[in-house]
Amino acid sequence: MIIAIVTIAALATLFGLLLGYAAVRFHVEGDPIADQIDKLLPQTQCGQCGHPGCRPYANAIANGEDDINRCAPGGEATIIALADLLGRDPVPMDEEIGEKLPSVALIIEKDCIGCTLCIQACPVDAILGAAKQMHTIIESECTGCELCLAPCPVECIVMIPIEEGIGNWIWPYPDNDHRDLSLSREAL
Amino acid sequence: MSATAPLRPGHFHGGIHMPDHKAESTALPVAAVSIPSRLILPLQQHIGAPAKAVVSVGEHVLKGQLIAAASGRVSAPIHAPTSGVITAIEDHLVPHSSGLSARCIIIDTDGRDEWANLPPPIDDFSTTDNAVLIERIRESGIVGLGGATFPSSIKMEARNNSIDTLIINAAECEPYISCDDMLMREQADQIVSGIRIIQHILGVKRCLIGIEDNKPEAIRSMSAAVAVASLHNTEVVSVPTLYPSGGERQLTLLLTGKEVPSHGIPANIGIVCQNVGTVYAIADAVLKGRPLISRIVTLTGEGVAKPQNIHALIGTSAGELIAQAGGYTDKANQLICGGPMMGFSMPTDEVPVTKGVNCLLIASEQDCPPPEPATACIRCGKCAEACPAQLLPQQLYWHSRSRNFDKAQDYHLFDCIECGCCSHVCPSHIQLVHYYRFAKTQIWSKEKEKSKADHARQRHEARVARLERIAAERKARMRKKKAVLKSKKGGDDSAKKAAIAAAVKRAAARKSASRAETESNQGATQ
Amino acid sequence: MQFSSYSSPHTGHSENVTRVMAQVLLAMIPGIIAMTWYFGWGIVINILLASVAAVSAEAFVLKLRKRAITPVISDLSAVVTAVLFAVSIPPLLPWWLTVGGMLFAIIVVKQLYGGLGFNPFNPAMAAYVLLLVSYPSEMTHWLPPRELSTHSLDFLTTLGIIFGNDLQQGLSWDAITMATPLDEMRTQLDMGKMISEIRLSPLWGDYGGLGIEWVANWFLLGGLFLLWRRIITWHIPLSMIGAILIMATAWWLAEPEAHPFPAFHLFSGGVIVGAFFIATDPVTAVTTKKGQLIFGALIGVLVYSIRSWGGYPDAVAFAVLLMNMAAPTIGYYTQPRVYGEQEKKGGN
Repeated sequence: MIIAIVTIAALATLFGLLLGYAAVRFHVEGDPIADQIDKLLPQTQCGQCGHPGCRPYANAIANGEDDINRCAPGGEATIIALADLLGRDPVPMDEEIGEKLPSVALIIEKDCIGCTLCIQACPVDAILGAAKQMHTIIESECTGCELCLAPCPVECIVMIPIEEGIGNWIWPYPDNDHRDLSLSREAL
Repeated sequence: MSATAPLRPGHFHGGIHMPDHKAESTALPVAAVSIPSRLILPLQQHIGAPAKAVVSVGEHVLKGQLIAAASGRVSAPIHAPTSGVITAIEDHLVPHSSGLSARCIIIDTDGRDEWANLPPPIDDFSTTDNAVLIERIRESGIVGLGGATFPSSIKMEARNNSIDTLIINAAECEPYISCDDMLMREQADQIVSGIRIIQHILGVKRCLIGIEDNKPEAIRSMSAAVAVASLHNTEVVSVPTLYPSGGERQLTLLLTGKEVPSHGIPANIGIVCQNVGTVYAIADAVLKGRPLISRIVTLTGEGVAKPQNIHALIGTSAGELIAQAGGYTDKANQLICGGPMMGFSMPTDEVPVTKGVNCLLIASEQDCPPPEPATACIRCGKCAEACPAQLLPQQLYWHSRSRNFDKAQDYHLFDCIECGCCSHVCPSHIQLVHYYRFAKTQIWSKEKEKSKADHARQRHEARVARLERIAAERKARMRKKKAVLKSKKGGDDSAKKAAIAAAVKRAAARKSASRAETESNQGATQ
Repeated sequence: MQFSSYSSPHTGHSENVTRVMAQVLLAMIPGIIAMTWYFGWGIVINILLASVAAVSAEAFVLKLRKRAITPVISDLSAVVTAVLFAVSIPPLLPWWLTVGGMLFAIIVVKQLYGGLGFNPFNPAMAAYVLLLVSYPSEMTHWLPPRELSTHSLDFLTTLGIIFGNDLQQGLSWDAITMATPLDEMRTQLDMGKMISEIRLSPLWGDYGGLGIEWVANWFLLGGLFLLWRRIITWHIPLSMIGAILIMATAWWLAEPEAHPFPAFHLFSGGVIVGAFFIATDPVTAVTTKKGQLIFGALIGVLVYSIRSWGGYPDAVAFAVLLMNMAAPTIGYYTQPRVYGEQEKKGGN
């Protein structure tokens, strides 16, 4: 009886030590999961997910505090990428949020009063201007987050959807596939 | 290898034999240019950045005048193909697989065909600096006319004499197309002049002109021209007719036995490859000062009355050219820009001919049957047997189909040249190439999105860092001010106290003094 | 003018699945005729029965899966499976076993995996193996070739045996059936007999089983037809037959009295049909050429090994099924060098 207990205890200690040693010795300083999630987010910093930016949302997903279907600009593609990364099943887009088309903001310059409120709101410094001077948006830097819309006192900012042109056109999925698209992820 | 050694054409994997349908369009000589009433010139007729319009609506332009300038290194300028008035710069249907519109300059021609002042001809190119010649090719807007439309001047740039072989691609392997064939039959001399110019610029040791053996007239005419010009180390090589021998990589292997590295270009192995039409245009630019404003286009198929080759101004609409070739027949069912293997179908004939359009195939249902419904892949491997890039088309298909793009790239998706051999031989009628195009454009778009997101993240992080820095600085400033104020406040207090004390003292002194005075006065009065 | 728009290439297709399958069926006809000649009407009856069962089963599953039925049925792949199965089973197999085998092949092995193109195992061979391990006695009731046959069974009698599952008076299974040459060889060798003794049996022809050698020859002709039509390539048949020949020759040379001569292995059982018609089934084989050589050779090695040291006299079905499992892995590791890829020395 005593021998058994001693043996088990000794084994337990031994394996405990081994595991402890292994944990220290083979510690992997990997890409923390929040970083990997952040890499998949579109970085518009729009806050439509309810978090103040992409990184906070990434943290929330990493900590299991929020679902993966709340990124409006990322849309379905982002949900699928996140599901792949986290080994979860893709879920449909959160209904309150809904997907939106990629677009850029445009300041209707004749209406701008030069209040700089939008400049302060822009998360990526894509608005150029100074107090009492007309402002303008650097189109190539705009992520389409719409954060500048709300602060504008004269509502002179509009969102322009990015048009499909020969530069960003994508070949459609072949339509004479021999089965319906049940295998494809679109059917999710 | 000495120049006199007989060249044995090499061999590439796969490929397919099929009826070449060239005879239909080679019966008539190349028809001369006719000037349509309107020209539509897309700003993007080449690979790279679109050109920037340098004319405005209402302006009168002359033939050969620059109307859109290159914007960047990989770009090409565009010239007015004839004289006329710019009536609009607007979106118009362009020859592109998407069937979408893009920005075009529209010229209403005046019929006078009046030339602008052209740059002077460079007759004596062999004593001219390479940089001048290359600049001439660049400013003449010359791009690869075989269909790739890569700006030709870039291929000519100095590479420290690392190029030893010039390949002239005259294989024209795709069925129906015969514009290069006709060009060689009729303009072999100027092509040879062009070869001389390119040889001079690149300083190459040898030049191989690859022509498929189903074009004996072209081979004869080119051989004769080469002999007459006594061009050294230049050989006309007849290659077996096997699609796609005119693919740059396939022809390189056929003629030299060397493979162009995956993801590389022929220059990596000391080879420059130019299409025969491009060579002709280069001679035009250097020897005549003429920019690229026209090209030969094949009009063929059962859907057009008189199949033939037409010398067309860039910007002429497909409909005008078809009318010039006798109009449609009842069988016309599909309008294809390019050949049946790699061309794309257009919804209407209002699309302009651009620099890269070598053929308009007006196909009947016999020429190009509508696609049959696909059935399941039976993994027969016919596609792999036919693939000239030695890929596994079937694996590419499975992964592209299930949107497993990483896997598709592992199977070398981007080595696919989209020649269409795999689709052609597929017994299950799967549109394999369509899947690869879908996957490729998806991957490109994802990469673009990712780099955009990375850029936005950087900017956001920079902004956050800046705001934090500003906040920290403000805080630091406030702290400092407070400290200063505090120390100042401390000094004031004691001074005040002292002052107050002094004032109190003074007041007290005054009081006592006045009291003493009063007392003394009282005393005096008493 | 408005035109139709499609994606390139626009040339249509040079081949279709139905034509491929039809040519496979065509190629089997000489072998089937030879089999019928030697082993009676059972072959034809089994082919018809199996075909009807296979096609009906496929139609039934497609209906359940709510897929279009005609385009799939008309690809003839179910018929090919049925014919391959029917030429593998004994000519007098009771009808319910044939039908059951086909239901298993089509419903479980083929359609449950997703239908044509998605099944990892050869359906005909899977069904054959299922029956062989479940009904070993029925599955070994082979008839003797016509030269040795004491009772000639006409069409109606054969039909009666297959569907009535009973023998008429005056017949007994022992009387009308006979061991296959491979069975015979195996039993006799196990009894310690010498090859020269065994060869005295009337079961033997010139270089294989009596009758069977000619059936194999006609199937070989069909196989050559498929090669000529480029329906199959030489890689799998050659490597499979080559591997068997090499192994058989090696052991035979070492001990000619204990191991049958090489030709015996090719012409006494299912090796020829297996090499040209079964192992080459593209769905379940390897796609890469290098992989096909390995795939075929390993099937050959397995066939010889199972025949010589395993539990079954003929082994093509087992060998093919085992290698079906390995096919994706073989394919993965035998990808061809892509044009311009520089792992190996450049193009020269």
